[in-house]
Amino acid sequence: MDYAKAFITGGIICVIGQILMDQTKLTPARVLVLFVTLGAVLQGMGIYQKIVDFGGAGATVPLPGFGYALAKGAMKDVKEAGLLGAFTGGIKATAGGISGAVFFGYIMALLFNPKTKK
Amino acid sequence: MKTKMSAKEYEQYIKSKVPKPNTLKNCIMAFIAGGLICDVGQFVSNVSKSYGYNQEAVSAITATTMVFIGAFLTGLGLYDRIGKYAGAGSIVPITGFANSIVSPAMEFKREGFVFGVGAKMFLIAGPVLVYGISTSIIIGILNYIFAG
Repeated sequence: MDYAKAFITGGIICVIGQILMDQTKLTPARVLVLFVTLGAVLQGMGIYQKIVDFGGAGATVPLPGFGYALAKGAMKDVKEAGLLGAFTGGIKATAGGISGAVFFGYIMALLFNPKTKK
Repeated sequence: MKTKMSAKEYEQYIKSKVPKPNTLKNCIMAFIAGGLICDVGQFVSNVSKSYGYNQEAVSAITATTMVFIGAFLTGLGLYDRIGKYAGAGSIVPITGFANSIVSPAMEFKREGFVFGVGAKMFLIAGPVLVYGISTSIIIGILNYIFAG
């Protein structure tokens, strides 16, 4: 059942992205920035947690889930460490993804060369 | 033959020539591709949960694994092939975030390893991090003021 929920939730978020790209002049980069920011803001209002509770990875794997994790981490650390937590919590919660992206991204760029486009 | 067009006529002419995106078909493809990628994430998440990791570790393992998959498939040249059909379905998931790092990093390798690979890998990921992190800090501060 959680696979069906993840499929539907993730699918819907991607469809929203597709509509934004097709119907407006937003480039993929702008959609990604918008989605991260939106995910963080929605979590700040306590809404995105509900989507995550329903959709699991369907809500955390798309980019709004990255914003969600950042905001959730910041709010959690604020509770524990005060104002400093606003600056430490976000990265702490997403450290694996960010470090992984930097490290794997660099390694893959070293190992592989771009394929010539047909 | 008319060679001069007013700006408005020209705009209309261009509009009639630019192919219209087939939004319905694109949306169906994006839905399926995005759903499948999220199910891979759900699988990683379920497996790591079954090994007894707590919720925070499960999130970190899932994010890191998905980023690895996205970066690796991009290196192999497969991710861009998927992207041709999947559209936003391959861009919006975090695997697409990894793709947005590896693609320009590979492309700009000839410009050197510092200003080529090192700088260009953040062409899209950079703005995402800037806005994502800044927003989360603002939310944290607001949370401190109003809830703390």
